[in-house]
Amino acid sequence: MEDVCVIVPVYNEASTVAVTVSDLLRRFHHVVCVDDGSDDGSADLANAAGATVVRHAVNLGQGAALRTGFDYVLRHTTASYAVTFDADGQHLVDDAHRMLERARLGGTDVMLASRFTGCARQMPLSRELILRAAVRLTRATSRLEVTDTHNGLRVLSRRALERIDLRMPRMAYASELLDAIVPAGLTYLEEPATVIYTAYSRSKGQKNSNAFNIIFDLAVNRLRAAR
Amino acid sequence: MIIKILLIAAAIGVAVLLLQEKVPGQREASRRAAGLLLVVVGIVAVLWPQLTTTVANAVGVGRGTDLVLYLFVMVFAYSALVTAQRIHRLQHDITVLTRELALSRPTQPRGGEASLPPGGSRAGEPTTREQS
Repeated sequence: MEDVCVIVPVYNEASTVAVTVSDLLRRFHHVVCVDDGSDDGSADLANAAGATVVRHAVNLGQGAALRTGFDYVLRHTTASYAVTFDADGQHLVDDAHRMLERARLGGTDVMLASRFTGCARQMPLSRELILRAAVRLTRATSRLEVTDTHNGLRVLSRRALERIDLRMPRMAYASELLDAIVPAGLTYLEEPATVIYTAYSRSKGQKNSNAFNIIFDLAVNRLRAAR
Repeated sequence: MIIKILLIAAAIGVAVLLLQEKVPGQREASRRAAGLLLVVVGIVAVLWPQLTTTVANAVGVGRGTDLVLYLFVMVFAYSALVTAQRIHRLQHDITVLTRELALSRPTQPRGGEASLPPGGSRAGEPTTREQS
């Protein structure tokens, strides 16, 4: 997989990032970790595990980290596809590989992963309810036929990287990314994929209450756009 | 009248800082002038408190202290807004700078398998590996 660059946003993931990177390197040639100002040595671990590391001097949020990753791919590589992959070990490398193959076959710009048509191991019920609500909201705003809106596993064509601009703070970028697909004239598909909820990912990952922050950020953005 | 001495001393202190340009963000002459005017008004109000009541009655407020409170709330709200805007701009600038800085010096993997990106010459960047 020479023309693929895997982007892994990393923020204080010292216990999982090295395994994630070495798993990825078994199937992919080039892994870039965007270290979002970690202070637990995650960047060095990722680097030692074989990833190229791009470091934010201060923490800017996952959306900014992904955007830096997109810019890295566009400026420093000639890759025709980028894969976004969470550092906490909740995705399967095989899923990413399969999504990539399918994107190549159909010339799809954006390949999204769904844990709801796929498999979500040990997902807490509260998380499931919130995510399903998020899906309903996003289907209404983005005109996308998707079943999972906040999955960190995605395959994006170079064209998609050029056209999608992430500006929202914190976690609202996930909806922003989806909302941009149709207006940018990009093609998309959803693929069933597995998300593994470990005790670690549950403690490290998003809090359910953060859903309110996301909705607030999105609402503010809409008001701004309407002006 | 110890309180008058204290208040006037504080007001003069503010005026000195304004004139020495030690207050950040007060570089524009208009804003400095406004600050100095506020200091003068403050000193006058401390020396002749009844004057505030006269002015208050003239604009339809009952007591001088109420007028001072209203003015304080307005000035405070204005300065809070200006500060919030400045912080927002700064955050944006920091975001842009941080991302550019990060992109200008990627660290290539140490040893192990080669996973260099195809294309793009990046001379002079910090790397722990020899590249030809």
